[in-house]
Amino acid sequence: MYDTLIQMLDATMRVSTPLILAALAGLYSERAGIVDISLEGKILGSAFAAAAASAVFGSAWVGLIFGIMASVMLALIHGFACITHRGDHIVSGVAINTIVAGMTVTLGLHWFNLGGQTPALTGNERFLDITLPFAHAMQNVPVIGQIYTHLLSGHNILVYLAFFMVPVTYWVIYKTRFGLRLRAVGENPQAVDTAGISVTWIRYRAVIVCGILCGVAGAYLSTAHNAGFLKDMSAGKGYMALAALIFGKWRPVPVMFACLLFGFLDAVAVRLQGFVIPGLGEVPVQAIESLPYVLTVLLLAGFIGKAIGPKAVGRPYVKERA
Amino acid sequence: MTNTTTPYAIELRDISKRFGAVQANKDICLQVPKGTIHGIIGENGAGKSTLMSIIYGFYEADSGHIEVDGEIVNIRNSQEAIKAGIGMVHQHFMLVENFTVLENVILGAEGGAVLRKGIHDARTELTRLAKEYSLDIDVDMVVEDLPVGLQQRVEILKALYRGARILILDEPTGVLTPQEADHLFRILYSLKEQGVTVLLITHKLREILASTDNVSVMRQGEMVAHRETAQTNKEELAELMVGKKVRLTVNKGDATPGDTLLSAKNVSQFDAQGVKRLKNVSLELRSGEILGIAGVSGNGQSELLNVLSGITEMSEGEIHFAGATINANSPKNASQMRDMKMAHVPEDRHKMGLVTGFEAYEAAVLGYHNSDVYNGKVFMHRKVMVDECKDRMAAWDVRPPNPHLKTANFSGGNQQKIVIAREVEQNPDVLLIGQPTRGVDIGAIENIHEQIVSLRDTGKAILLVSVELDEIMALSDRILVMFDGAVVGELDAKDANERVLGLMMANAYSDDEQGESA
Repeated sequence: MYDTLIQMLDATMRVSTPLILAALAGLYSERAGIVDISLEGKILGSAFAAAAASAVFGSAWVGLIFGIMASVMLALIHGFACITHRGDHIVSGVAINTIVAGMTVTLGLHWFNLGGQTPALTGNERFLDITLPFAHAMQNVPVIGQIYTHLLSGHNILVYLAFFMVPVTYWVIYKTRFGLRLRAVGENPQAVDTAGISVTWIRYRAVIVCGILCGVAGAYLSTAHNAGFLKDMSAGKGYMALAALIFGKWRPVPVMFACLLFGFLDAVAVRLQGFVIPGLGEVPVQAIESLPYVLTVLLLAGFIGKAIGPKAVGRPYVKERA
Repeated sequence: MTNTTTPYAIELRDISKRFGAVQANKDICLQVPKGTIHGIIGENGAGKSTLMSIIYGFYEADSGHIEVDGEIVNIRNSQEAIKAGIGMVHQHFMLVENFTVLENVILGAEGGAVLRKGIHDARTELTRLAKEYSLDIDVDMVVEDLPVGLQQRVEILKALYRGARILILDEPTGVLTPQEADHLFRILYSLKEQGVTVLLITHKLREILASTDNVSVMRQGEMVAHRETAQTNKEELAELMVGKKVRLTVNKGDATPGDTLLSAKNVSQFDAQGVKRLKNVSLELRSGEILGIAGVSGNGQSELLNVLSGITEMSEGEIHFAGATINANSPKNASQMRDMKMAHVPEDRHKMGLVTGFEAYEAAVLGYHNSDVYNGKVFMHRKVMVDECKDRMAAWDVRPPNPHLKTANFSGGNQQKIVIAREVEQNPDVLLIGQPTRGVDIGAIENIHEQIVSLRDTGKAILLVSVELDEIMALSDRILVMFDGAVVGELDAKDANERVLGLMMANAYSDDEQGESA
């Protein structure tokens, strides 16, 4: 039983990693006032770019860089539409998602001729699991040993990076000048403008940070969690990250827990495949898989109180004419 | 830094600014002596705010230049204005509401990439500033929890923290209670004593006369006069602002009241929380008279208008109007009331009177849009609406007379004229009118008042709700005073004066003074 729990928690960490990265990405963007429904597209784009580059150059790190570049480019397109041209954030986001979904498969077919996939990645083309020091020695220590060796140790570097980004984001958002301005620009851009700070520049920087984090999330999917790119492999993770963002009320630590909860439900879903409830029959996998969404709706509907986002989110900033 | 050869803190030379076809500022010259409070007065749309936005770097002037302490400065954005020692307190505060006072103050002047040190320094500096200028405030409070007066103080602190020696305040008392306003002026005096130069933008003559050393008057984008405050008076300033003699009273003959057109008996209304907002209000409205409802804002006047016009249903009591009895069991909605020839000019023209995104001709049919006049079998008669709007604009002197201009782009007075014209031209029997001149220029006020009186003279019954005592006294034939949802006094307009009304509005008017038991 204890072993099962550890295994499930272990799976939770793996599944939560891209969610956490993407949700933090969304946090930077939305805190600065840019609604980002294109998290999904950026993850997918980066997953493809990372897998493709990794396959070509034989290095997961090179893949990661390409993944980030692809994602940042998409983020800049979103920024150009929403910030510079004051477009509708949702429309731009949906457009990016649609384009990326089609483009990845098309380019994949053209370059690799594998039905839209990239070649299977092996060895250094993937991020490999890291065994933390003393993992073997600790193995037999009761309780803690299990946690250390099987839960904390044995993940790839991107998993650790994702969790490390949570306190970093907290620090950036609440303890730095950039964070203060970022939060201000999402609440009242005019106040920022009259304080002599460029609203545009702050928002662009936020969008770029968002792109970088989504890039890591995408690279994780194709070069760490899996071994190659599959069509539509982001599978709604960007949307789930958005749900976690709202669930966690746009604050880094609660957002991480929301992601872990969603990840846990996912791990449960895998476990529950074929599970038979006496008298009711087999639990449909879809029922479990829909739990994160159902949960978000239910909790937002009344259990966690109002989730009030940044006040100026989604609103383009136009200097007032007297 | 300070150049002692010039006595002026800031000088504007030939500043001009044009927005499309509108010349917002034309050859503006201004000299503000150091360490004085300088008032800039003008009607809405006279170009005051544009001028201040130029000084603060929100806009760039098309021509002309600005000198601070005798040196030409180039102010292209707010950052450069701040650097030149200029601070601004905007009419709508530029505060991040869910930030603390401290965070708001340091925003843009954080003193390093990491906040820790900046916050520490700011705390020390703010304590010093607060003491020096008697600007007491808890710097760890979240701004949205502060009353408006204190939020304004945060704005002042923000400017001082950035080293402002010239402080611009744009309509600072618009949102303040009289007590808060008094406190603000005390702060301004202490700023002045410390050598800060204050530019006070307002359209309130009383404030200018009470607090400034000098005053400059703007009209239609031009600076028309400079005066020493001690050498001028209310009448002269008002005249300079408007450009012609202002009549502070309305010419009107005695009322000849006729039949009662509308009567309310013990009308009460509860809000969604079950609080009684309207308490047993009874009134009679007769043809050919203007019944004024006086009271401090928020004492049930809005609820009364809403109930009478059918926007909200009453909870108790009844209304007799046009042969019908209206009560909680047989309510009539606003459109039914309109059909019974009751017109309503709502208090808040932006929220209830107009759709600001509509073109003028569309806004001019709202509420009557189902009328056969405007409708064919399928489509609306656009040309009929446009032509009618054009005629009304001419008749009511709406400027610009363009039926296709969005209502948002008209000035307050002209928007109000569009609303009033719409309601009056339907030839109603009863007109309910709330705050007819709120946010309206002096020139347009006169015009609107004349229209209301002439409507009365044609035998209409008019119920006027206003928080402006001058307006109530100038227009009404009979006055009801409301306090806490109830009518607490009634008097003939001839017997009304500010003192009596003021006491009644505060519900402090005793029976003895009234001379009869109520």
